[in-house]
Amino acid sequence: MSIEETKKEYKPLIVAFCCNWCSYAGADLAGTSRLSYPADVKIIRVPCSCRVNPLFILRAFQRGADGVIIAGCHPGDCHYTSGNYYARRRMTLLFSMLDYLGIERARTRVEWISAAEGVKFSTTMNEFAKTIHELGENKKLEDLRCKELLK
Amino acid sequence: MSSLHKIGVFVCWCGSNIAATVDVAAVAEAMRAEPNVVYATDYQYMCSEGGQSRIREAIKEYGLTGVVICSCSPRMHEATFRKAAQSAGLNPYMVEIANIREHCSWIHKDRMDATAKAIVLARTALAKLNLNQPLTAGESNVVKRALVIGGGIAGIQSALDIAEAGYEVDIVEKTPTIGGRMAQLDKTFPTLDCAACILTPKMVDAAQNEKITLYTYSEMESVSGFVGNFTAKIRKKARHVNEDLCTGCGLCQEKCPSRKAKNEFNMGLNTRTAIYIPFAQAIPNVPVIDTEQCIHFKTGKCGLCQMNCSAKAIDFEQQDEIIERQYGAIVVATGFRPISLERFDEFGYSQNPDVVTSLEFERIMNAAGPTKGQLVRPSDGKHPHCIVFVQCVGSRDTSGCGKPYCSKICCMYTAKHAMLVREKYPDVEVHVFYIDVRTPGKNFDEFYRRAVEQYDVDYIKGMVGKVSSHGDKLQVQGSDLIADKQIIIDADMVVLAAAIEPDPEVRKIATMLTASIDTNNFLTEAHPKLRPVESPTAGVFLSGVCQGPKDIPETVAQASAAAAKVIGLLAKDKLKRNPCVAHSDEMLCNGCSACEKVCPYGAISYMDKEFRVPGPKRTEIRRIAVVNEAVCQGCGACTVTCPSGAMDLKGFSTKQIMAEVDAICR
Amino acid sequence: MPATEKELAETIRRISGVDTRKCMKCGKCSGTCPAFGEMDIHPHKFVSMVEKGEIDELMQSKSLWTCLSCFACVERCPRNVEPARLIEAVRLAVIRRQGENYLKADQIPELLDEKLPQQAITSAFRKYSK
Repeated sequence: MSIEETKKEYKPLIVAFCCNWCSYAGADLAGTSRLSYPADVKIIRVPCSCRVNPLFILRAFQRGADGVIIAGCHPGDCHYTSGNYYARRRMTLLFSMLDYLGIERARTRVEWISAAEGVKFSTTMNEFAKTIHELGENKKLEDLRCKELLK
Repeated sequence: MSSLHKIGVFVCWCGSNIAATVDVAAVAEAMRAEPNVVYATDYQYMCSEGGQSRIREAIKEYGLTGVVICSCSPRMHEATFRKAAQSAGLNPYMVEIANIREHCSWIHKDRMDATAKAIVLARTALAKLNLNQPLTAGESNVVKRALVIGGGIAGIQSALDIAEAGYEVDIVEKTPTIGGRMAQLDKTFPTLDCAACILTPKMVDAAQNEKITLYTYSEMESVSGFVGNFTAKIRKKARHVNEDLCTGCGLCQEKCPSRKAKNEFNMGLNTRTAIYIPFAQAIPNVPVIDTEQCIHFKTGKCGLCQMNCSAKAIDFEQQDEIIERQYGAIVVATGFRPISLERFDEFGYSQNPDVVTSLEFERIMNAAGPTKGQLVRPSDGKHPHCIVFVQCVGSRDTSGCGKPYCSKICCMYTAKHAMLVREKYPDVEVHVFYIDVRTPGKNFDEFYRRAVEQYDVDYIKGMVGKVSSHGDKLQVQGSDLIADKQIIIDADMVVLAAAIEPDPEVRKIATMLTASIDTNNFLTEAHPKLRPVESPTAGVFLSGVCQGPKDIPETVAQASAAAAKVIGLLAKDKLKRNPCVAHSDEMLCNGCSACEKVCPYGAISYMDKEFRVPGPKRTEIRRIAVVNEAVCQGCGACTVTCPSGAMDLKGFSTKQIMAEVDAICR
Repeated sequence: MPATEKELAETIRRISGVDTRKCMKCGKCSGTCPAFGEMDIHPHKFVSMVEKGEIDELMQSKSLWTCLSCFACVERCPRNVEPARLIEAVRLAVIRRQGENYLKADQIPELLDEKLPQQAITSAFRKYSK
């Protein structure tokens, strides 16, 4: 059975970028604690939230993602001292630009989740998935050519 | 390039942890159909010896160039699988993990959903692996010598501990003697043992230890290099006294006719000669000439010290000397000073000599101080009958005049001063104005209560608003919040517990070391809880108040902790580096400096390089960024900021992450 | 409907621009206040009462009219809390409630005292006629 078939009932596609030191570990803790969140959320591990290039987010939307979330260490707790501040600044800019271009603000999110916050990880993902579900499919930036090529 | 890959996929059951919710066979089946995958299998426990040997055998049998393992979190077993791959001759960085346990089987209940997601995660790992490059962790040598900047109790303790482990240590101290602030103190809380009695033996130990070299009256000129390989330049300022010849007899000091300089050691409460030894137990016990005060340097005459020195140690011609040395690790122990009180006019510190800071009071109470330990007023030398102590002067102050933080030590030393006064002079009335009394620490609160209960010190919850001169008295106007009253006390002396701040020199030193510093000039630690004695800059360690306000026991503990970290570093012959570091494509780099500005480690520098170009010029010189791989920690901040796309991060390259995004959104 | 104490407290915080939560209860304002002896509610209590929303009692207070507006408390507060601005704001709230100035400008000359310093006169004008 292929994934496309199950997509009939709307299943959003959510890409989560998690920093290796805090949020990825937070996601691990959510797993160890068996705190469920929708399978729509797929995690990409990055060393630090500042590694997330705004272009990755554009790419995700272009490829049909319905929501993108970036999770990093709490301000002041960054493993690399200041990476999350860069991420915060970059994403604030990017999100307001995306909003201006018609990608709803709610489709993008930055969250600080520490390695101890398994509960926060799962509630955040549940909330976010719910929001995206309500917003429906992202049609605005989806590039159909990309889809075609891949098929 | 991806077509050259031969990839093996291993799906772990993790007993029933994964297999109960994910159809592992289906995952292996789906992956077998992916391009480049030549082998896919599932097994009960991939991390077990049986699982690992399967990986090793498959690598050999199918000539695998990369391995995807669908299992638990990479934070759990990435190292295990990398090692297994390496033992079969595969580069350990050609292993990717799809986390199908923590991020999939454990959180999803629906078997179909979980299996579908597991396949996506496996494909994502595969997409990344297709773009992986074999990486080799570089190595660098470690110079087995440590540098300690600052010769106070923190620096001395760090140096002694490092020397104890058998490594060479150099202490650089800017004043003419080691000892620092602790040498100025009278008694130490909460045990009241005398500071000199416990500090001077340590100073002597440091001087006599053959592994320790002291550079007093010296300053840091520059530091370059990286962990294990720092190069430091130390400016040894001219003392104008030959250290090797001087016997420390002190005759020069007796003969010196210039006696007007403020005595820094006594906080300016008395004067000293132009050629001087800061205090009797100074180490080294060699005087120094203050050229701004010395009559010989000002007029070319005098020279009495030279005439009287039987050791012929006085050398007016002596010049500054620059010493260049290699170090493996650097400890910063630059200490503190009390803040300037000129912005606190209400206490009349600058107008009235009987309003003193606690450090000045410390000198007054010290038997070796300007008053020989007699408690007298600096203005008229009379015995005071009433002393008012004011706490939190400039601490916890967000108005901009003081410091926003709590200086931590004031509550305890004020209790100590109050207690000592009452013990030696029971006739003296002692009042302490406090906002909060903060005494966390072993035997600290008991100590403070003793001041109140045993020594009758009058603690007033409130703050002083104004100190003014009335005849030979000081009128102290303050509030008593418990009584809801304003009170006026006619005091003979007022002692201000001034906030402490990092020595301003630390800014210069932090810049040299690219160690980060906070808004209050305290050095930042690598992690506030788990790495409190390391700076984010590898190879730089923090000791004492330069990191945050601390009392003596805490300073000593931190100094030893920093030393332990240094020893751990110096004990290694080679440093293995993280190969996942940034690197710049020199063909794309335009030398704009954007990456340098965001790098928290100062790992990026620039060089001019000659490139071949088409056309008649044939070559051109361009400025390009170069990453020092030993310093880079691999956060990737530079990769995003780079406008030309030249900067990339090995192991997490832009292409790899894009491929992951694509695989997820497929 | 008259405003509740809580709403009043909020209004006072807004008029004065003072964040009462910044107060660390050191009491330097009361330690420095030259009019302390004339007051029933003292500057440090003023801050905590606004913080707690006990405004009615403040509005009855004699302190409103004995504060010299010398701003010594503002000048010396280590945390920029500015108690005098709070007092000013409560004063304003009283004047607003009664709908006219506390004092008529022509009453003031009768109340003047030869011995009063210039600054006190200026502050009286500033204070009583809003």
